[in-house]
Amino acid sequence: MFSNLRSIWIVFLHMFHKRETVLYPEEKAYLPPRWRGRIVLTRDPEGEERCVGCYLCAAVCPVDCISLQATEDEHGRRYPEFFRINFSRCIFCGLCEDACPTDAIQLIPDFEMGEYHRQNLVYEKEDLLIDGQGKVQGYNFYKVAGIDAGVKAKGQGANEDKPVDIKKLMP
Amino acid sequence: MIENLEYIGMVLAIMLALVLIAAGLIWLERRMLALWQDRYGPNRVGPFGVLQVTADMIKIFFKEDWIPRFADKKVFVVAPAIVMITILLSFAIVPFSPSIGVVDLNIGILFFLAMSSLGAYSVVLAGWASNNKYSLLGAMRGSAQMISYEVFMGLSLMGVVILTGSFNMRDIVLAQRGVWFVIPQFVGFIIFFIAGIAEAHRLPFDIPEAESELVAGYHSEYSGMKFGMFFVGEYLGITLISALITTLFFGGWLGFHFLPPIVWFLIKMFGFILVFILLRASLPRLRYDQLMSLGWKILLPLSLVNILITGAIVLYLNNR
Repeated sequence: MFSNLRSIWIVFLHMFHKRETVLYPEEKAYLPPRWRGRIVLTRDPEGEERCVGCYLCAAVCPVDCISLQATEDEHGRRYPEFFRINFSRCIFCGLCEDACPTDAIQLIPDFEMGEYHRQNLVYEKEDLLIDGQGKVQGYNFYKVAGIDAGVKAKGQGANEDKPVDIKKLMP
Repeated sequence: MIENLEYIGMVLAIMLALVLIAAGLIWLERRMLALWQDRYGPNRVGPFGVLQVTADMIKIFFKEDWIPRFADKKVFVVAPAIVMITILLSFAIVPFSPSIGVVDLNIGILFFLAMSSLGAYSVVLAGWASNNKYSLLGAMRGSAQMISYEVFMGLSLMGVVILTGSFNMRDIVLAQRGVWFVIPQFVGFIIFFIAGIAEAHRLPFDIPEAESELVAGYHSEYSGMKFGMFFVGEYLGITLISALITTLFFGGWLGFHFLPPIVWFLIKMFGFILVFILLRASLPRLRYDQLMSLGWKILLPLSLVNILITGAIVLYLNNR
């Protein structure tokens, strides 16, 4: 009996408490930088696509919402011919980001992707590609790769020694 | 002739005002619940979200008014009307101010008790006609609850009647010019308040509806405007109980002179409506056997003792 009255009184006092609600469209909630939201494809510091079309993201995706087709340019550099993410299936688990060997695919803190038509939730490569490097700054896969795909000549890559002239005896 | 027209106009105005108040209460309740739970509640449609009810009404009018194939159609349709009719009829005896009121019955309280007993039919018939387990369970709970709380709801008012010597609501209000009946009849007030909550099946006594146990209780199968009538009927019930508490225990329209009587009445009535909402915000639902034992083992003896003591004192004072 007394405890009931006490709880009524305590609830009444909540009248003077601050409200917890974040009035969403007017004030946005803070999203941490590693928040898993919309998926983007980033570019390397030179402004070229990072994606090498290895299919690891498509393979790891638990809901199979990623589809792509790899191809090569004239220098042998691999890139996706098309890259399609169906966001009506995506569960924003972030496994694609973990799987990506070149840090190309990344999840960013943005969730405002509402659409009136389902088909508009299918994002093509043009929709996914951004002009920046995203979360991983200064990384270019082809600079450290073992092949020359028109990005670096032999011995020109980052952390790469000059080629050894095998005709000479000097070290 | 003119007088008759004026009277009819007043009756219609009262009815319209009551339905509007009941609809507005939906908004008020949501806002106040939100306030007590540190939220905002509806605040998008119109200033402070007042037009939320209008939006909901428009929505509910355009909803499919579906009658289940397995339902008893006629009874199914009549049931929600009963709750509105009985509660609106009960308002006929409430004196809102010296000049505003529908009828001046000399059996006012009895009329209210009769009407609220009839209101139980709405719950029973709705649950029965829905032909659905949950609805029937809700209806059975509702009828048992309403019938048992009916008993001492009436008995708790007898103290007031003994003090006044009349069943007439206006006489009761006028008898409170010295002191409001809440002071000599405090026990009666508490019992009537609890019984009133049970009668309006509000939390903590919303056992017939009990969302978490019975889907929506007796109105599980209802949709569209029929559901809207149950919904508005519930809020009308709150308004009715608040108006009656105001009239019977808190001096009705009586108040200081700087405000007109109707304003005093409305202030007191809305105060009690807010208490109803506060109870909903703070108390959990009782178990069914707890409700029954509270009613029959505590409140019924208490109200009988209350009548005995009040009667004894009145007799003693009158024969001295």
